[in-house]
Amino acid sequence: MALSAVKTNSALPDLRRVAPVDEVGVRERAARFQTRSIKKESKIEALKMVLSMIDLTTLEGQDTPGKVRQLCQKAMHLHASLPDLPHVAAVCVYPTMVGVAKKALGNHDIKVASVATAFPSGMAPRQIKLEETRIAVEEGADEIDMVISRGAFLQGEYAYVFDEIAAIREACGAAHLKVILETGELGTLDRVRCASVLAMHAGADFIKTSTGKIQPAATLPVTLVMLQAIRDYYYETDRMVGMKPAGGISKAKLAVHYLVMLRETLGQAWMTHKWYRFGASSLANDVLMQLQKQATGVYQSADYFSKD
Amino acid sequence: MSSESSKLTFNDGWQYAAAPESTDHVQIDAEYGLFIGGEFVAPAEGRYFETINPATEEMLSSIALASDADVDRAVKAARKAYNGPWSKLSAADRGKYIYRIARILQERAREFAVIESLDGGKPIRESRDIDIPLSAAHFFYYAGWADKLKYAFPGRRPASLGVAGQIIPWNFPLLMAAWKIAPALACGNTVVLKPAETTPLTALKLAEVIRDAELPPGVVNIVTGAGDTGAAIVNHPDVDKIAFTGSTDVGRLIQRAIAGTGKKYTLELGGKAANIIFADAAIDQAVEGIVDGIFFNQGHVCCAGSRLLVQESVAEEVVQKLKDRMETLIVGDPLDKNTDIGAINSATQLETIESYLRLGQEEGAEMHQSSCAVPDRGYWCRPTIFTGVSQSNRIVQEEIFGPVLAIQTFRTLEEGLTKANNTPYGLSGGVWTDKGAKIFKLTQGIRAGVIWANTFNKFDPTSPFGGYKESGVGREGGMHGLAAYVRLEE
Repeated sequence: MALSAVKTNSALPDLRRVAPVDEVGVRERAARFQTRSIKKESKIEALKMVLSMIDLTTLEGQDTPGKVRQLCQKAMHLHASLPDLPHVAAVCVYPTMVGVAKKALGNHDIKVASVATAFPSGMAPRQIKLEETRIAVEEGADEIDMVISRGAFLQGEYAYVFDEIAAIREACGAAHLKVILETGELGTLDRVRCASVLAMHAGADFIKTSTGKIQPAATLPVTLVMLQAIRDYYYETDRMVGMKPAGGISKAKLAVHYLVMLRETLGQAWMTHKWYRFGASSLANDVLMQLQKQATGVYQSADYFSKD
Repeated sequence: MSSESSKLTFNDGWQYAAAPESTDHVQIDAEYGLFIGGEFVAPAEGRYFETINPATEEMLSSIALASDADVDRAVKAARKAYNGPWSKLSAADRGKYIYRIARILQERAREFAVIESLDGGKPIRESRDIDIPLSAAHFFYYAGWADKLKYAFPGRRPASLGVAGQIIPWNFPLLMAAWKIAPALACGNTVVLKPAETTPLTALKLAEVIRDAELPPGVVNIVTGAGDTGAAIVNHPDVDKIAFTGSTDVGRLIQRAIAGTGKKYTLELGGKAANIIFADAAIDQAVEGIVDGIFFNQGHVCCAGSRLLVQESVAEEVVQKLKDRMETLIVGDPLDKNTDIGAINSATQLETIESYLRLGQEEGAEMHQSSCAVPDRGYWCRPTIFTGVSQSNRIVQEEIFGPVLAIQTFRTLEEGLTKANNTPYGLSGGVWTDKGAKIFKLTQGIRAGVIWANTFNKFDPTSPFGGYKESGVGREGGMHGLAAYVRLEE
């Protein structure tokens, strides 16, 4: 499809041949998704889908085993008074907390995702990034969320970034690799698209917008550009790559519009936690509040929803 | 061209529940008279016709059919208002009345949007977000010009013409009324306007607004009917100016009828615009532009991008992406907030479109339609593209006025430009490329009134609109739009 006729994921793609992105057009299209009116049963279905796609996240310097255990408890028991709720897809923590999370979740099929590679800046020597990744995987991480070296990318050192992602991919072993582009530091949508292409060709299982530590984090336009890159890559290689917008999605309504965008860009095959995630800490409670409203007809106070 | 069907699936799994806009707040009378001299009056011959909802084929209202006598009465009322209060009013006061119309339209926007969708079949998203706000914007814009005309024509004295006869089409009923009435009033003229016979309701509602705005009786008169009523306006000896938007065939008849009468005229006629996509374009956004260009308002748009010229090296990619995108278009109930493509405006128009679909296939073109279901009742056409066509195909040459796109390829800029201009029409065009130099070359080279670069179908009251060649004479909108309604004195 796209002219970058790279058929394997082991070679650096020719980024000069990545189609340009028109920012005005992207913004218009993204705004259109927000005019979709999602009501009644389709809203309930969407809200439940959102819950099932959440990577419940705590990534703070003040994280402790106690905090992580509470987060895992929340992940397993979202809201007791609403039956038939799906559970979140994963909890996302720092590498030092992987063991704690793994133990707290026991045999539950909620995944443990660990950030790695000197998250969030990525400013560390490569061997440290590799070592950190290996440790996280050894501790039991099912998924690794790495950050790309934005400095190198902005310098035009695409081969460096590509090799680094490929090396981390190898260090992940059986764990899934999500590649964080940190779009808020890339500056233009053209660069977002190029970074997406680079990451996918280097072996990313998922591409992810942001660390959540830089503003702007995930936005609809940025996510749209990444979804379109995923679609083109799929047409070219037959390999599906997942998408994870992260940071700044705290309201259920916005999350539903992300799903609208997903549905109308990549179609139904991607509409599962296997291929789509929301990186969020406070989104779950807003979704629960909306589901409770749909069930009872009235909004409940935020005090009725557990804040772990 | 690739005939490979999409690798993506859009039509199973999670769907959007129906989200219909409420019609409770809308008042449509069982019968409407003619709006002459500030009040609704019965037609002289007592004849009425029906206006229906094209999405359900149900009758909405019974509409007066204006005869020659009614038109004469309307023109007399307009002349009396012109000689009486209107031409003697200060320009600032004229502006005040136009501002009133704009504000009332804004206040009643929701009601107008619903009626526009009911009567014409266009999706509520478009009538709500485009037609009605843009109509109000036109009144606001020209209200501002009313007392500043001398700045629009430096060194000249602009004088009003008298009575303007205005005939508008069914694709943008209220918006076309606004395009016509607002500049006419701003320049000090009075008006006899005829809406299209399939979509008279918002014009009649506009008559209510004009009455509520307390315009002097007769300044705006609205007469309903079909071609004969229009002919009566065109042929009336006391009409000083004809403004017509509609088909090129009728435009020719009008030109013939008023030849030698001294009537001023503007004609906004058909189109067959080329949307030109270069290999270096932002392809995903260009695909959106193609969709917007041809499927906006069911393709009932004179400036629609109904010919797609795509550079050969990206043709396969563009067509595949377009097919995927077409699968996500929601066709159906115009009042549903999620509907992208509503009902075809009338049974007659649907017949015309379908005859072109047959013709295209007979000529050997490959037809592709989205797989969406359409309702049983009402008039519907799935979004359609034709590939494997050339300049000699009739579906490339003739205006279809429906959601039907003819796709051709080109190799070089010069070939693209030649093909773009190889049409008797010249209303609009689109260019998609990442290179500014190409944009300038194409926009200067395409003989058309409006050319969009890396976007399509953008309208604004400040921007003039009109055609070259068989697409018409004169400009509407912007400062240029004033010239059609004034006589310049030294």
